Amino acid sequence: MNILLAAVGGQGAVLASRILGKMAQNSGLDVKVSEVHGMSQRGGSVVTYVRFGEKIHSPIIEKGTADIILAFEMLEGARYVEWLKPGGTLITSSQRIDPMPVITGTAEYPEDLEERIQALPIHYKVIDALTYAREAGNPKTINVVLIGALASTTDIEEEKWHTAIKESVPDKLADINLKAFKIGFEMSQLTKSNGENDEI
Amino acid sequence: MKNILLGNEAVARGAFEYGVTVASAYPGTPSTEITENIKKYENINTEWSPNEKVALEVGIGASIAGARTIVSMKHVGLNVAADALMSISYPGVNAGLLLAVADDPSQHSSQNEQDTRYYGMAAKVPVLEPSDSQECKDFVGHGLKISETFDTPVILRLNTRISHSQSMVELQEKVPYQLKEYDKNPNKYIVAPAVAKKRRVIAEERLRKLEEFAETTELNTVEYKNRDIGIITSGIAYQYSKEVLPDASYLKLGLSYPLPRKKITEFIKNCKIVYVIEELEPIMEEKIKSWGLSVIGKEVIPIIGELNQEIVRASVLRKTIDGVKSELSKEIPVRPPVLCPGCHHRGVFYVLKKLKLHVSGDIGCYTLAAFAPLSAMDTSICMGASIGMAFGFEKARGKEFSKKTVAVIGDSTFIHSGITALIDVVYNQGNTTVIILDNSTTAMTGHQDHPGTGCTIRGEKSHAVDFVALAKAIGIKRIQTVDAHDITELERIVLEETQAEEPSVIITKRPCVLLKNASLIHEPLSITGCKGCKACMKIGCPAISFSSGKAEIKKDLCVGCELCTRICEFDAIKKEA
Ligand SMILES: Cc1ncc(C[n+]2csc(CCOP(=O)(O)OP(=O)(O)O)c2C)c(N)n1
Ligand code: SF4
Ligand code: SF4
Repeated sequence: MNILLAAVGGQGAVLASRILGKMAQNSGLDVKVSEVHGMSQRGGSVVTYVRFGEKIHSPIIEKGTADIILAFEMLEGARYVEWLKPGGTLITSSQRIDPMPVITGTAEYPEDLEERIQALPIHYKVIDALTYAREAGNPKTINVVLIGALASTTDIEEEKWHTAIKESVPDKLADINLKAFKIGFEMSQLTKSNGENDEI
Repeated sequence: MKNILLGNEAVARGAFEYGVTVASAYPGTPSTEITENIKKYENINTEWSPNEKVALEVGIGASIAGARTIVSMKHVGLNVAADALMSISYPGVNAGLLLAVADDPSQHSSQNEQDTRYYGMAAKVPVLEPSDSQECKDFVGHGLKISETFDTPVILRLNTRISHSQSMVELQEKVPYQLKEYDKNPNKYIVAPAVAKKRRVIAEERLRKLEEFAETTELNTVEYKNRDIGIITSGIAYQYSKEVLPDASYLKLGLSYPLPRKKITEFIKNCKIVYVIEELEPIMEEKIKSWGLSVIGKEVIPIIGELNQEIVRASVLRKTIDGVKSELSKEIPVRPPVLCPGCHHRGVFYVLKKLKLHVSGDIGCYTLAAFAPLSAMDTSICMGASIGMAFGFEKARGKEFSKKTVAVIGDSTFIHSGITALIDVVYNQGNTTVIILDNSTTAMTGHQDHPGTGCTIRGEKSHAVDFVALAKAIGIKRIQTVDAHDITELERIVLEETQAEEPSVIITKRPCVLLKNASLIHEPLSITGCKGCKACMKIGCPAISFSSGKAEIKKDLCVGCELCTRICEFDAIKKEA
């Protein structure tokens, strides 16, 4: 399983990938997680890779082989669509964060982004992660809301996710994160993914 | 017990398991977490050093005094520590001395892509290259043992994908290790020519012995499968190759310098075509070719940037994987890193831009002020360079040019390597104006303490370098301290000091907004009655955006630093009612 997480620095993608890594470890699988630290975290594009299975060699995902992209911002998801394999799934937060070149007017945020993503041969799911994170009690939990959304598309038992979350966040934040997971999981089940490309 | 660990965490775990009791480092991506994790082991005496040279010197002392020692840095840090490395090579060590050096191919967070293996060759010390977290831990043990057996420092070469990837590691008990006797041995450690010439011969013999060791060590493994394609590789490149070519034959070099000539010759003889797949420079390849052996390397494998599966596939198999094809990615605007909302560096550079000064910059978060819309820095070369370079401007173009120039340097960077340049300015009668951005942390690498913060790596209280007293002692007479927040006062001071006919130091003070004890973080502001002049857009705060003729503040991002209120001429930005 290859999961690519695309986010804006500071959105919590590293923690999200660690939760995924823990979950895979607890399931007895070989796992590699590739993170980014440093310069790219100051509000820049951040991409992390999580891979698990029988035996994993490379920590990074080859273009065209991702099963799932979990995007914390739509532009960031779109940036990596070519990493998906045909028929792969893009789960994205509906949040829009303008990059500096867009703020200063030297570049444009593609307005037809969503339609163009929908036209691709992939499964696609949008979720308003920021709103749900606020509902859970802390806007910072968008990472865990998104993990909930991702979990609802897999057949991995819920309990495994709960354990991984509890092991990855400080004790005092466990409840709020479990709540965020639950909301993400449930809301995502209600959100229909685009069906028309399902056969691919 | 198995656990999933970051490569850097595994190096730290290795230090613990293999009896390291002294660790020193200066932070630098991607090496920083080695030391941040080592500090969790109570029995290891750990420090953030002022720079990498000092870190290595502390390490050398600890080794001679009998402690197994690890010194960590990023690749360019080894440039700073190079004198110490080159000089300790001939004398050798007492207890094991390991340098963990992390390269950064593709320059994710660095000014260059230099290949640390060249330092191993130049210093004639062995280089180990782990290919996952398990090997990160194991190779710490191997490295320390090699260091003690062969009487040499050892380099553990890491890189971004090794240091910052997590994979499974088998945790073990700590191996008992006794502090060795202090090696009081001037005939070894006084590198005056009389001693050093003898040690030179010994270092050469040591290299011959290491070459023999390379033939038999378990660090270098041969896996024969299909012999049509043989691959000689090391470190992370092994993992990329193995994934793309699982059935090829492999010679994996865990000890990548010096090379095992016999083993390599035999491997090449046993395979039809042999590729050398190495990241960055063709170091193994050139050596192998110099022996008259035929291999394919940089003819097909790029020299620039990280490798990955796609590159190995395209280079060796001439194939690509059919994924989702889309033109979308080409049209997507880049998202460069930016100064955080509320960052105090922002106001300083706003002022420098406004005053149209030449800005000799340095390396740190503040380097981000070089990019649009602030665009307020002319140069940033290497850590500490800002002051010497500004003085160089003055030497080339005279005092009047100097009056339009400032050097800008962060507090951690000033301590790292700015102080000696400031001495130069005073000693050689310059006019240079130096701004020290004192945000009480090494922010860029993830907020480490340094000698100016008054706190050690373990959070113990310590003496904080007093920048004013230091500048005074160096001979600077004009020193002013200003709240980085007060841009009106800052502007006045900068004008005054740049005009002065002598060197001056301006210290802007305010803790980084991301620090836990930062006094800031107020209510977010909002804009009413915007006239659309876009003045506030010049500061590049990510919380301010502009659409349909009006500026707007994003509540989620704004930390209420009020910088924008000082820039808006129409008083349109206020606290929310
Ligand atoms: C020789 C060397 N060592 C380490 C680094 C990594 N590095 C870049 S800037 C920096 C320090 C930044 O701290 P400071 O000067 O206080 O500025 P801040 O980021 O806090 O604004 C470090 C450690 C480097 N680039 N070169
Ligand atoms: S981490 Fe601190 S110093 Fe760095 S950009 Fe953010 S606020 Fe500024
Ligand atoms: S919007 Fe203004 S007050 Fe808020 S963080 Fe940016 S500059 Fe500071």
